[in-house]
Amino acid sequence: MRAITLVRQLGEVALAIGIAPLFAGWIAQCRAWMQSRSAPPVTQPYRMLRKLFHKDAALAATASPLFRITPYILFGTMVLAAAIIPSLATDLPFARAADAIALIGLFATARVFLSLAAMDIGTAFGTMGARREMMIGFLAEPALLMVLFNASLLYGSTALPSLVDGYRAHPSIIDPSVIFAAVAFVMVLLAENARIPIDNPSTHLELTMIHEAMLLEYSARHLALVEWASYLKLFNYACIGFALFVPWGIAIHGADGIFALALSIVALIAKLIVAGAALASIESLSAKLRLFRAPEFLAMAFLLAVLGLLVHLLLGVR
Amino acid sequence: MVLHAFTVPVLNVLNLLASCLLLISFAMLSERRTPRLITLFAGQGTILFISTCLIAHSSGLHELYYSAALTLLLKVIGLPLILRRLIYRLDAQWDSEPLVNVPLTMLAGLALVIFAFGLAQPISMMATTITRNMLGIALAVILLSFLMMITRRKAVTQVIGFLAMENGLFFAATSATYGMPMVIELGIALDVLVGVFILGLFFFQIREQFESLDLRNMENLKEE
Repeated sequence: MRAITLVRQLGEVALAIGIAPLFAGWIAQCRAWMQSRSAPPVTQPYRMLRKLFHKDAALAATASPLFRITPYILFGTMVLAAAIIPSLATDLPFARAADAIALIGLFATARVFLSLAAMDIGTAFGTMGARREMMIGFLAEPALLMVLFNASLLYGSTALPSLVDGYRAHPSIIDPSVIFAAVAFVMVLLAENARIPIDNPSTHLELTMIHEAMLLEYSARHLALVEWASYLKLFNYACIGFALFVPWGIAIHGADGIFALALSIVALIAKLIVAGAALASIESLSAKLRLFRAPEFLAMAFLLAVLGLLVHLLLGVR
Repeated sequence: MVLHAFTVPVLNVLNLLASCLLLISFAMLSERRTPRLITLFAGQGTILFISTCLIAHSSGLHELYYSAALTLLLKVIGLPLILRRLIYRLDAQWDSEPLVNVPLTMLAGLALVIFAFGLAQPISMMATTITRNMLGIALAVILLSFLMMITRRKAVTQVIGFLAMENGLFFAATSATYGMPMVIELGIALDVLVGVFILGLFFFQIREQFESLDLRNMENLKEE
């Protein structure tokens, strides 16, 4: 029994690692379609990763060991996060190990290491990118916490598996506060993953970039790992969103037949397709904000999440 | 009045719609561009229309359908159309307002929501309708529209704030007492329509006088 859950857990993580670049490729393809460009193939991220893994790494002369181990730490934390988030099933050993607040801590660890590594070389751009990333991070985290508290008010737990189980126990009830939390969560997702209103992932224009500025000194396999970690981060955030707001199809506690598992995989892929298209349309429809407007954007997210709490207290489903 | 027992799903949907209304109010508070503000206003009207239809259907009060139809005609189709034409004629469709400190405005809005919820709690205890919980949201929408009128400087956006306030009042009426008498409702609708027409005329006058729609110019005294 324990062995089989472990196999499942490994399968879930492997699926996350494998599918994350595909999700990023799908978003890029949708964006290209909406901007009537000819789209790159969905598998483009895989090709880029393969190309990068085949190259020889170049390191700056001033690079410290921290710079070299950061890609592995980033990748490791994101894989661990993927194991904790119940993307396919709630009854897995790792999923019960940590709650959502620990998860946010995990993301914060990755952010700290990436920022330190960006400052490590001592170039101006890396330092600038790191500072900006920390600013966005410290504004986005409270908003994300508020979203999670919102969910925990509903179901009485901050652990994602319990939230999913709690939701599935009463599937017909939609609490009005969920709307506010969902909007706030999407805003946080956009900010945290360097998507368009805050940062443009495909730009190399020095004055506007945040995420890219931190990666400037990385090359070859290091860059591949960092990129892969950022795909995984996007995937993880999407899965947190699914677990919080649309946990349909996730195999819940007790339902562990092969059928439930197959259903959960199909549901996950369908949700990813829809979410990718939605993200791409948000990105195509909105213009990138000036950096100084980013705090405003994230303050909005925070306030919406707080408003969700208030609305729950006033008209929550009892 | 007979207490109509709403089924739980209907009540749920109504609660969802009410919170959408509140969400749109906040979006309006932070929106800089006038055309999008009008779209949001039309969205508010749509939510009012749906919620009124729902209340009419489940309470069995048929005259509420008329007021729903009135909402659809006036607030979803009529007024947004008029406002759009107005800003097009005024050549103001690309105006964006320099809002001062959106986070602070949002915080003030949040405080207003808390105040409104607290204020509505004892009142809604006395209401006999099952939708009474929404009184707090309606009150919050009214206060937020007030705040929007205070923070704006352009004439058009102030008028939109005024109209949004009327939306909040309408929602309060339907949620607390299942709607006002038909005569009053017709009167208010006519008032709003005429008001927008007159204010539209005023816009042109203001622009002629000051060559802009910024109401700050009206605060200066002139010695002539």
